Amino acid sequence: MTHIPISVTVDGTVYDVEVEPRRLLVHFLREDIGRVGTVVGCDTSNCGACTVLLDGKSVKSCSVLAVQADGHAVLTVQGLAEGEHKWHPVQEAFKECHGLQCGYCTPGMVMAAVDLLQENPNPSEEEIREGLEGNLCRCTGYHNIVKSVEYAAELMGGKS
Amino acid sequence: MIPIAFDYVRPGTVDEAISALAAAGEDGKVISGGQSLMPVLRLRMAAPTTLVDIGSIAEMKGITDGGDHLVVGANATHYEVMNDALVKQHAPLLAQAAGTVADPAIRHRGTFGGSLAHADPAGDLPTVALALDATMVAKGPNGTREIAAKDFFVDYFTSALEPEEILVAVKVPKLGDGWSTHYEKFNRTAQAWATVGVAAAVKRQNGTITEARVALTNMGPSPVRASSVEAALAGAAATTDAIAAAAANAADGTRPTSDLHASAEFREHLAKVLTKRAVAQAAGV
Ligand SMILES: Cc1cc2nc3c(=O)[nH]c(=O)nc-3n(C[C@H](O)[C@H](O)[C@H](O)COP(=O)(O)OP(=O)(O)OC[C@H]3O[C@@H](n4cnc5c(N)ncnc54)[C@H](O)[C@@H]3O)c2cc1C
Ligand code: FES
Ligand code: FES
Repeated sequence: MTHIPISVTVDGTVYDVEVEPRRLLVHFLREDIGRVGTVVGCDTSNCGACTVLLDGKSVKSCSVLAVQADGHAVLTVQGLAEGEHKWHPVQEAFKECHGLQCGYCTPGMVMAAVDLLQENPNPSEEEIREGLEGNLCRCTGYHNIVKSVEYAAELMGGKS
Repeated sequence: MIPIAFDYVRPGTVDEAISALAAAGEDGKVISGGQSLMPVLRLRMAAPTTLVDIGSIAEMKGITDGGDHLVVGANATHYEVMNDALVKQHAPLLAQAAGTVADPAIRHRGTFGGSLAHADPAGDLPTVALALDATMVAKGPNGTREIAAKDFFVDYFTSALEPEEILVAVKVPKLGDGWSTHYEKFNRTAQAWATVGVAAAVKRQNGTITEARVALTNMGPSPVRASSVEAALAGAAATTDAIAAAAANAADGTRPTSDLHASAEFREHLAKVLTKRAVAQAAGV
């Protein structure tokens, strides 16, 4: 099958590459351009570990083809921080509230939380649980993840 | 897993897409949001030789007012549908049900047209389309035709679309004054499909239900209208007792399956309970 040229902006950098049509966006990120912060956890679009923002909205990057991202902008967990030590408030909150254990779900969880907070800057506990419905965590029991998102809302000025 | 290799084309118009599909032959496949198709490809349960990506066709996007109905582009995402002001005003049942589909990330990409064309018996939106008497607008090599929702869902994962046809838009009739609606979905875990779902639309005049529409999700190979419930509700008092009596007929004529989520018997039980809840909620009692 012929490779197709695509131009995708990832975390602010434009990548012009040729990919096989069957290349998943997550494999393009990890294997073609070395952005390994985004991980794969399932084959069924259930786990959300691969969540990134595509043109500002959360998507599961295992369920989007790289060719479908042609001409669009992707933000991964690696593009959130401003410089080395200035973490995004959601990252800061996950660290502060111990919102992770093994960390495997964390890249997707953080990106889903970023999307959730831009939709709803002051979510209730129930809205947080529903908003993160597409992201599975096998370690934490979700409790500290919810607390992290609440704290992130506060850091971002949404929480009243 | 990694999907089996395929060719990929991204047409800019519906006509180009139809030609591309015809050129691809019988192993060509349409992809829109990909939220049902991508898992299928990754599990290698399908191996199309060509994917025709209709996702960027502008004429299939958007939601417009067509007078007595809304025209919802097949490419409208679940996220767009649930947040659209016209849908919220004239087809709140559709907005509500779209908000119960999967999870936020899937709703950002999955489309209304894709959901209907996929014809999954557990899909929420086919049931809503049936309850609202929606009309599908399909285009193929022989031109455009309209298919009523009641004729569109044929069998498990089978719609009335021909292999070379594309679902372009859906006409959703506006519910007029006096109507109110509710979608009641029963599932046990996050982002899960409906074990059973019920779409109800009720027209009330003072204390009486003058007309009702009830459609069921996952109670057979395709969504079904609970006609005996509808008949029992027409002219009934808008009371809990009358609604419960009508809802007792909800499993009539259904053919639910048993699977790992529920037995057929439990589904029949759910259909009655959820119908009662959905109608009561819609009727405001
Ligand atoms: C984890 C998970 C949970 C989900 N939960 C739910 C749920 O609770 N309720 C629910 O209803 N759905 C659920 N879905 C499915 C979701 O709604 C999909 O978005 C939808 O079924 C398919 O829409 P799509 O645009 O992604 O279609 P695609 O995946 O692109 O296509 C699906 C099928 O339809 C065909 N097709 C698509 N568009 C057209 C068109 N315009 N004309 C002709 N053929 C077309 C394709 O060829 C393919 O066969 C879930 C999916 C996942 C992965
Ligand atoms: S890897 Fe599990 S949803 Fe993408
Ligand atoms: S921290 Fe281990 S899966 Fe969430």
